[in-house]
Amino acid sequence: MRELTAAAVTLMAGLGTVLAAESPDCAVAAHLAAASEYPLPRVAVAVDRARTLDIVVMGAGSSTLAGPGGTDLAYPARLQIVLSKRFPDVKTKVVTNVKSRRSAAEMTEGFEKVLTEEKPVLVIWQSGTVDAITGVDPDDYRATLEEGVQLLQAGGADVVLVNMQYSPRTESMIAIQAYADNMRLVAQHREVPLLDRFAIMRHWSESGTFDLSTATRKLETAARIHDCLAQLLADVIRDGIKLSRDQPKPIQ
Amino acid sequence: MPPAPPAQRDLRLDLFRGLALWLIFLDHIPSNVVSWGTIRNFGFSDAAEIFIFISGYTAAFVYGRAMQERGFIVASARILKRAWQIYVAHMFLFVIYMAEIAYVSSSFENPLYHEEMGIFDFLKQPDVTLIQALLLKFKPVNMDVLPLYIALLLGFPPLLWLLQKQPTVALAVSAALYALTWHFGWNLPAYPTGYWWFNPFAWQLLFALGAWCALGGAQRIGPFIRSPVILGAAIVYLLFAFAIVMTWHFSALAAYVPKWLGEAMYPIDKINLDVLRLAHFLALAAITVRFIPVDWPGLQSLWLRPAILCGQHSLEIFCLGIFLSFAGHFVFNEISDAVFMQILVSALGIAIMCAAAALISWYKRIEGRSPGSRSKPPDADLAGGEA
Repeated sequence: MRELTAAAVTLMAGLGTVLAAESPDCAVAAHLAAASEYPLPRVAVAVDRARTLDIVVMGAGSSTLAGPGGTDLAYPARLQIVLSKRFPDVKTKVVTNVKSRRSAAEMTEGFEKVLTEEKPVLVIWQSGTVDAITGVDPDDYRATLEEGVQLLQAGGADVVLVNMQYSPRTESMIAIQAYADNMRLVAQHREVPLLDRFAIMRHWSESGTFDLSTATRKLETAARIHDCLAQLLADVIRDGIKLSRDQPKPIQ
Repeated sequence: MPPAPPAQRDLRLDLFRGLALWLIFLDHIPSNVVSWGTIRNFGFSDAAEIFIFISGYTAAFVYGRAMQERGFIVASARILKRAWQIYVAHMFLFVIYMAEIAYVSSSFENPLYHEEMGIFDFLKQPDVTLIQALLLKFKPVNMDVLPLYIALLLGFPPLLWLLQKQPTVALAVSAALYALTWHFGWNLPAYPTGYWWFNPFAWQLLFALGAWCALGGAQRIGPFIRSPVILGAAIVYLLFAFAIVMTWHFSALAAYVPKWLGEAMYPIDKINLDVLRLAHFLALAAITVRFIPVDWPGLQSLWLRPAILCGQHSLEIFCLGIFLSFAGHFVFNEISDAVFMQILVSALGIAIMCAAAALISWYKRIEGRSPGSRSKPPDADLAGGEA
């Protein structure tokens, strides 16, 4: 049954042409945005019953922006604002646990602490670039993600995975694909939503929405991209809540 | 009496190795529309399998004769000399790569890509990086095939010896090493972390299979490969692989892959030459040898001449192709990545590879050697230069 529903959701998403988020700039082909075929049961319960939504963003350098004021323009801070608008009667809190140059395995070391201190119902876990740059064995990377997701779920949090950025200028220097594929496998295996940032940003680059190959120190484009990512993440959360309401299922 | 290697060079090998070199060039340019047409987008295996299998075949063909005529020591010395040439070629490519990456790092300022700039860290510590590169532990993206080839050649003398004495035993030893590698997770370490992207302990099976075929194996299994059952099985498997790969390109189709099948099948491990990839290559090979016989007249046609020429000078053209793929990606970033430009760069790259191959052939001809000629038996120069 679950497979059938997932098939129906994916198919509907595939048939639709373009899914516009709040800002028209962020429009991405629907099949890229439809990562949210999996429910977020813990988030749904927290939002519906306690009217709270405590989120932790766990990530490395690509979850923040370098430069003055960069943190406020990066997607975690923007997500807080977008969610507050979308769910005005829910008390939303987004805590960031972001540090450059961290591999997925290094991030999992901090999971216990984050779970006890912040008690999040949702952990948005971004990883992959650092692992790809240092050449971590893709099998080990997959195992780390599997264990990490299990750990977070056991600690009472839903998980949304976020993969790597699309970076045209370094594309021939970082072997992203193997890591992106493994993250997708984990997302499907553990049935957690995945924000396919790589495919989305590549789509933006190819369709000319954003120019990702210019060398610039300005934050302008970067800020708009992060704003869009925040909106797409909010879409994933909204869809995850909706799926949980539509097909209630005991939390494992 | 050890099996005699065939006396004439099989032009099909040159043709398909040449085509594989083109595909490797196209696939190594990221986000290239033309690479949508390459075989990796239609099945599990890609040009790497073709290249390694044919390299094994050619190595056995050339050094097998040398081993029969001049003995184990001389043949081994030639094989090691070849490994050395490839090592030098790899280091040359590495320097070009360093030049490109150093250039890009100096003009890469986007705050969005703060994290990606970590790739330039190794430029800050050349003392470590260069030594790790010389040890073949630090290998930039897309520069893994030549180190694999070096490792395979280093292990080739004893394998070749055994293949000539006991071909079936040799193949069994190779398959056993493959199986043990999968079981125990053997691989060579890489720098700064992880392992080789082409695990030589796994990929040696394909190289050994190629060598085994060259030393009489192909003739022995010929009737079996041409049987309708094998043809049918190969076609069914290729269609299956095609259907699965389509679900990667069109995510809406992914839901039709049963969960049990996905869990059994994924990940399809390129590092360790997944058995699904190996089977896909063998299916492709079975169909190819059935429909393209060794005396196929098309092999003499002018149209296929460029690919055959490229295949005959595989090391030079491989290196050139890797360089051109760096250069092509550079052009996309610095000038334009319009679709027109991608097609132009792809076509121009292949044209340059063909022109270079023709030039190398010409050099060899004016020096009085003719590796492409079918009239002369392979000689020492061929052994040194064309395996």
